[in-house]
Amino acid sequence: MGRTLFAETKRCGLCRIVIMVSADPDAGGTRPSCAPTLDPDSAEWLRSLSATDRERDAALVRLHDLLLRIARGEVHRRSGQLRLSGPELDDVAHHAAADALVAITAKIGQFRGDSRFTTWTYKFVIFEVSTKIGRHFWRNPSVAMNAEDWDRLPDRFGLEPARELEWRELVAALHQAVDEVLTERQRQVFVAIVLNGVPLDALVAELGSNRNAIYKMLFDARRKLRAELVAKGYMDTEPERRL
Amino acid sequence: MNGWSALDRFLQTDPEDVGCEQAMEMLHIYVELVAADADAAGHYPGIAAHLRACGPCAEDFEGLLAAVAGSGT
Repeated sequence: MGRTLFAETKRCGLCRIVIMVSADPDAGGTRPSCAPTLDPDSAEWLRSLSATDRERDAALVRLHDLLLRIARGEVHRRSGQLRLSGPELDDVAHHAAADALVAITAKIGQFRGDSRFTTWTYKFVIFEVSTKIGRHFWRNPSVAMNAEDWDRLPDRFGLEPARELEWRELVAALHQAVDEVLTERQRQVFVAIVLNGVPLDALVAELGSNRNAIYKMLFDARRKLRAELVAKGYMDTEPERRL
Repeated sequence: MNGWSALDRFLQTDPEDVGCEQAMEMLHIYVELVAADADAAGHYPGIAAHLRACGPCAEDFEGLLAAVAGSGT
């Protein structure tokens, strides 16, 4: 994928930041520190975005244009999975770029130079696209939030009807475990994502939560359910694992 | 596809999985390592474990990697 930017990486013993050592010997890459030297493009972005008045405004316009291009590329890349058409996709891209620009300007002081500045900014706009797609799910939801149809489970995991005798007991045991070992919130998350097929980011939007919290809840639910199924002899033993 | 094993795989959790917050915090660094053909998973095994298990974060990773590749960085 293009030229090699970094010859190797090292981890700073003090702050745990991974340092990327430049492949270019002229770039001073032989003495890694946890304050990596900015590449010229990144340095120019930071300089122009911290300039005054007209120069800063021009840099913001350029950054917005860049973010919009990335947002459009991302919604196009995901369009096959979405129930959105051209104008709606472009609307998502515009909102994502605008909100990413606000977030970037608010957090620009947090940029540590451990990647190119543009890569750091792209991350914001990719996250904004994810968030907006998650919210968009509820404009025309294909499932009800509180539905609980266990007949969907075999399809979700490719359990073949012809082999129902083999898996019926396992599914019944899983259903019982969901009822007995999960907390109410874990159960809600499991049912929404696993049974109803609600995208995780859509559930985040619906519950007013964040992705990490919902993922952690599902992670804990998975761990508890598997432990229960192992204890009852439906699955092989595995070492206990935690997030 | 053996559905039983698919369900088993879904229920398995990885102790190295760092979760969404940490993975997203470092995603720009991880992506640049991947784009540079460096051993991103070796340096960040917890992020690699997370991206294997979390569909939304994996989608963001793919999107960011595509953005970096498409922009020539």
